[in-house]
Amino acid sequence: MTTSDVIQILIFIALIIGLTPILGNYMNKVFSGSKHFMLPVLGGLEKLCYKFIKVNLTEETNWKKYAVGLLMFNFFGFVFLFMIQMFQANLPLNPEKLPNISWHSAFNTAVSFMTNTNWQGYAGETTMSYFVQMLGLTVQNFVSAATGIAVILAVTRGISRKSTDKIGNFWVDLSRSTIYVLLPLSILLSIVFVGQGVVQNFKSYETVHTLKGVEQVLPMGPAASQVAIKQLGTNGGGFFNANSAHPFENPTPFTNFLQILAIFLIPAALTYTYGKMLGSVRQGWIIFSAMFILFLAGLCISLYSEYSGNPVFGNLSHMEGKEVRFGVAGSVLFSVVTTDASCGAVNSMHDSFSPLAGMISMINMMLGEIIFGGVGAGLYGMVVFIILTVFIAGLMVGRTPEYMGKKIGAFEVQMAIIANLVTSFAILVFTAWASVSSYGLSSLNNAGPHGFSEILYAFTSAAGNNGSAFAGLNANTIFYNLSLGIVMLIGRFGVIIPVLAIAGSLAKKNITPSSIGTFRTDNWLFIGLLIGVILIVGGLTYFPAISLGPVIEHLLMNRGIIF
Amino acid sequence: MKTLIISIKIFLFFTILTGILYPLFITGIAQIAFPEKANGSLIVTNNKVVGSELIGQDFDSIIYFSSRPSAVAYNPLPSGGSNYGMTNAKLKELVSERKKQFINYNQLDSITVIPSEMLFASGSGLDPHISVQAALLQVNRIAKARNFNNNQKQKLLQSIKINTEKPEYFLFGQERVNVFLLNLEVDKIK
Repeated sequence: MTTSDVIQILIFIALIIGLTPILGNYMNKVFSGSKHFMLPVLGGLEKLCYKFIKVNLTEETNWKKYAVGLLMFNFFGFVFLFMIQMFQANLPLNPEKLPNISWHSAFNTAVSFMTNTNWQGYAGETTMSYFVQMLGLTVQNFVSAATGIAVILAVTRGISRKSTDKIGNFWVDLSRSTIYVLLPLSILLSIVFVGQGVVQNFKSYETVHTLKGVEQVLPMGPAASQVAIKQLGTNGGGFFNANSAHPFENPTPFTNFLQILAIFLIPAALTYTYGKMLGSVRQGWIIFSAMFILFLAGLCISLYSEYSGNPVFGNLSHMEGKEVRFGVAGSVLFSVVTTDASCGAVNSMHDSFSPLAGMISMINMMLGEIIFGGVGAGLYGMVVFIILTVFIAGLMVGRTPEYMGKKIGAFEVQMAIIANLVTSFAILVFTAWASVSSYGLSSLNNAGPHGFSEILYAFTSAAGNNGSAFAGLNANTIFYNLSLGIVMLIGRFGVIIPVLAIAGSLAKKNITPSSIGTFRTDNWLFIGLLIGVILIVGGLTYFPAISLGPVIEHLLMNRGIIF
Repeated sequence: MKTLIISIKIFLFFTILTGILYPLFITGIAQIAFPEKANGSLIVTNNKVVGSELIGQDFDSIIYFSSRPSAVAYNPLPSGGSNYGMTNAKLKELVSERKKQFINYNQLDSITVIPSEMLFASGSGLDPHISVQAALLQVNRIAKARNFNNNQKQKLLQSIKINTEKPEYFLFGQERVNVFLLNLEVDKIK
């Protein structure tokens, strides 16, 4: 590692910490409906939206109605995206005359973008028309992120309110997140990206005559507008197949830095917004700290692993699947951040990483995408762990578990356990299935334990709604398109629904004033406990699977055994 | 029923806003403010588009600096890497082959340390860059193939220097050479 690598990482950390209160404060104003500086600019758009859909913004609903609205809205997003893929050959903005997409791939992609996963079984530049990229994928990039923010807002209200069954208005939360947060940031970022070289046009692909005298066809398209939101909304679905490794998608080390920053920006700031809305900024920083410690630990292990030599390749730095302009450190930082947050964009091929760095990516996702996590999704996943932590801590000391003055009862704990178990269940069962079936194994690109890792990574990524891949696995088959699609649905709505139920149940409860007997959730002890619960409850489930994949691969590699 | 209608309508609203207006707005700004970059940073010589500054090309010709190995042979449709893991025997074999090949091709001492980007394929398969060291190792071979005299060879070294990209804003990234731009420069040496 060079000094500039270290400096780059330090600047990244400083900016995340520095921007969290600024953006967090702004989002608090936006979501609580108070005055903010974007109101004169974009306020008209919000009003227009409510007028068009005929919704009264003060009309709030209980958690069930909130969930129904969310599910219906997502369902239409799915149907629309599915249909335009099935008929893209007949639709405009298709200069390359790309054919219609197979039903199973269209299903997979539609589910994938609706659930904020952005797993991609297809290659963008040879599969998707500009029409689908814009009206289908870009739109879902926005609204799936906004859906995540809406859920955490509902949860926050559930915790802060008392004796009510109203947890908010889904349409208002959705609109405000999109109009005031995602849209302006995306505009800003995409303009910077174009200035650095990310393409943004509607031209047909450019045929160039290279110096060697052969033809090379360069893909084009409205990439910058999509790349900006794919980073900011922790979506991760690349415009091109190589995602952010592609020079047209991530042309310079500076865009690379901005892309990494954009992934963490909103999820980190939401912790501050959360604290602010609960009336305790400290509570927000407590969550931020727990996330930050886990992030740092993962980063250190990954860097160590990538910079260590091994008997197979000696002391060569591992440049397979990495770009010279990013280097090893710029690639590792991206990989850790993108799997911490459920982004899933990649600037290097995770499949070619050293075994332990690949393992960190997997563990980041397996913990439930709560290390900053997806926009909104990371924080509500964290709330699930907080509920489990106060419950376990309560059991240990014999007190009624409480969080922010709310008594945590059997119902909340049950829901938290469901949210936790559905994803582990989906990952492990489907991985096992794929590992013993011929149609599961025939897609592998690597042999030995790394082949198993490819399968494990795929289902982990789908369940965590991450979307990154050990991309050697050929996932564009009926089996993988369908099974991964199902796992993405489980990983998204199997968590959102129990979490909304928790919000509804907490909103009804009274707030008990804190006393000397209250278990405190705003000190270092709590951070320690929370991390412990995350690792034990969230992580230990996967220990056997991890052992069979990256751990054994690491041990064999160090003895020079290859497959 | 009411919820149903609202969800369809709001979906329509956001499709128009984020799926049509937003990309069009960005395209408009991009085409006005950065037309060259928005259209792929293309490079034209003698009225012919010879490539993009950002996209690497295959230069397996003795008179040019070589690019990195590529899993897609620098064909951008589609881009991608090899996705070979570190315990993949094929990768190990490829690396030792490339090492031998690079040494023979450039007539180097067999103990020369080859920069690792010349042995490993990139993630996009389109990486336009190599390290300065990797460029310097190729100078003798190119000078010989082009029958360069000492003066021309100095120009060759000079062109590497000119085409070396420094870390962006002194902070981001490492020193690197854009192989395509460098080869364009080499063709100009008289």
